[in-house]
Amino acid sequence: MKVVYVDNNATTQVAPEVFEAIRPFLTDEYGNPSSMHTFGGKIAKYIEEARKNVADLLGADDPQEIIFTSCGTESDNTAIMSTLRSYPEKKHIITTKVEHPAVLNVCKYLEGIGYRVTYLSIDDQGLLDLNELKSAIDQDTALITIMYANNETGVIFPIEEIAEIARQRGVVFHTDAVQAVGKIPFQLTKLPVDLLSLSGHKLHAPKGVGALYIRKGTRFSPFMIGGHQEQGRRGGTENVSGIVGLGVACQLAKKFIKEENTRVKSLRDKLEKAILAKIPDTRVNGSLTSRLPNTTNIGFEFVEGEAILLMLDEFGIAASSGSACTSGSLTPSHVLRAMGVPFTFVQGSIRFSLSRYNTEEDIDYIIDKLPTIINRLREISPYGKTRH
Amino acid sequence: MWFYSDKVKELFKNPQNVGEIKDADAVGEVGNIICGDALRLTLKIDKKTDKILDAKFQTFGCASAIASSSALTEMIKGKTIDEAARITNKDIADYLGGLPGEKMHCSVMGMEALEAAIANYRGAPVKKETVGEEKIVCKCFSVTDKKIIRAIKENNLKTVEEVTNYTKAGGGCGKCKPEIEKLLKEFWEKEATKGVYPKETLVKKKLTNLEKISLIQETLEREIRTQLKQDGGDIELVDVDGNKVYVRLLGTCLGCPATGLTLKSFVESKLKEFVDKDIIVEEVKE
Repeated sequence: MKVVYVDNNATTQVAPEVFEAIRPFLTDEYGNPSSMHTFGGKIAKYIEEARKNVADLLGADDPQEIIFTSCGTESDNTAIMSTLRSYPEKKHIITTKVEHPAVLNVCKYLEGIGYRVTYLSIDDQGLLDLNELKSAIDQDTALITIMYANNETGVIFPIEEIAEIARQRGVVFHTDAVQAVGKIPFQLTKLPVDLLSLSGHKLHAPKGVGALYIRKGTRFSPFMIGGHQEQGRRGGTENVSGIVGLGVACQLAKKFIKEENTRVKSLRDKLEKAILAKIPDTRVNGSLTSRLPNTTNIGFEFVEGEAILLMLDEFGIAASSGSACTSGSLTPSHVLRAMGVPFTFVQGSIRFSLSRYNTEEDIDYIIDKLPTIINRLREISPYGKTRH
Repeated sequence: MWFYSDKVKELFKNPQNVGEIKDADAVGEVGNIICGDALRLTLKIDKKTDKILDAKFQTFGCASAIASSSALTEMIKGKTIDEAARITNKDIADYLGGLPGEKMHCSVMGMEALEAAIANYRGAPVKKETVGEEKIVCKCFSVTDKKIIRAIKENNLKTVEEVTNYTKAGGGCGKCKPEIEKLLKEFWEKEATKGVYPKETLVKKKLTNLEKISLIQETLEREIRTQLKQDGGDIELVDVDGNKVYVRLLGTCLGCPATGLTLKSFVESKLKEFVDKDIIVEEVKE
């Protein structure tokens, strides 16, 4: 069956170039880069090359500011735990209500062991009030951790201003940029964040590899304690194929970043406009101006998200939803609730997230199928009927 | 991703009896959009025979909610009101070839809509009002104690998680979980004294090591230490290895000639009673 994959904020396809680049390291070149012999030792230079590529995509000053991890979640955990260990006397963390669980649940855990956490609110556009941030900072604040862009809505936070505030107040600032890296340009020499997390499989590298940027001069204490790998900052034999893949994926992302912000963005806009025009009682969740180029989160009033997803699935269309039924819990997405999305819309919210592999044809296909699906579900719904 | 039975998928894709009977003889409405699912059931009933001639539904909800509603309408058509009234949520789930545990509340919604419709036919208002004696336990989903107890009883529920799966209670903020726990405890304690304790609960389910250890500690604390302390003695748990429980006697128990008796006929028998009939207690002397 034809598959139209528009769930790229969940994961992405491995770029064919990435796959080709990885292949030797899963076959003949299986050496351990820490080995003394040439067979293993020569692998180290491929890791360093990948490090350069990651640093290059981020616009970092020095490749040594990058360490490789196993995923975005590990990068987030490392950034948070490392900072808290480096400032043992400080017991306060500032974050937002809409972080990914990789940050949110770490903060909840920390609350349980005696830390104080401030969860910043967002407005109906999904945006922060920076005055709330400023007044939350105190002498006890060890860390500010705020995501770059939201995975569900694509809303981008003003990271440059936040980083500036953190710097002025002398607080370490970490940003979970898992959804942003590869989709929008970065220049870390000009953006004063101290720590930044990214994940390979969100930008066409394989799953199981991530990276953490640690600005020179940032206090660091390893999270994964073990061997001397990554200059003693992350123990564990390197995931060579993953790291090489991430390096190539970053190279490609840099090459395609303009396309992401022109062609992909215009496909997203086309999809969004067509849905709003063709299907009544529909709204976009989140700011239209401060947003990733690939993401749209659309609420369909009076219908339930899981039902929409399963009907889309029948046509091979892969998207995702923030409805309660799909989350495995009984409450809908914490992001949409924090934004105050009306209840009649929140359960029927669908996220479409595109990538450079999506075509005009994909978008036309969705635009063709979706109105019938929503109509059908509204016919079944006791609320839908009253409208027509 | 949920794993739905073929029947659920089929009825989701091609639901039967969607819509509204205009001059319905009975209407049942349950749920609301905030909760994430809602069902409106309309029935055409032959007033002479009380037979359900037609049934239609409108559902807001996920695939299993839509399939449960469709199943319900199929199941009740042709039945008399009295026959239909005997349909439980379990019957609906069975008709569907089972539902994922987390989705059982969809079948409960079906049963409730049917009850509301029957009540309406017999003169009650369309929207079920909460009776004075009922108490809202779960504020997030407006679930009453009555509904919870009924779900416990009819589906033989044992844990808070199961109650959440069937009624949604406790699935929001989670603050009412201790209260659900209490309802569970009260219900099953009452059942036990009635002597109608369901058979499968008599066969204790196999404990994990963690559960066993904490049950041993609990039992020591509640049943044993209080008694020993009255005589100036005490006991502490040293280790658990399979069914062997190693304990250390303290205070006046030390050197007491009745030690052997205390251990076997008191400590061991209590642990056999509350934890596992194969428990053996050994004393650690150091």
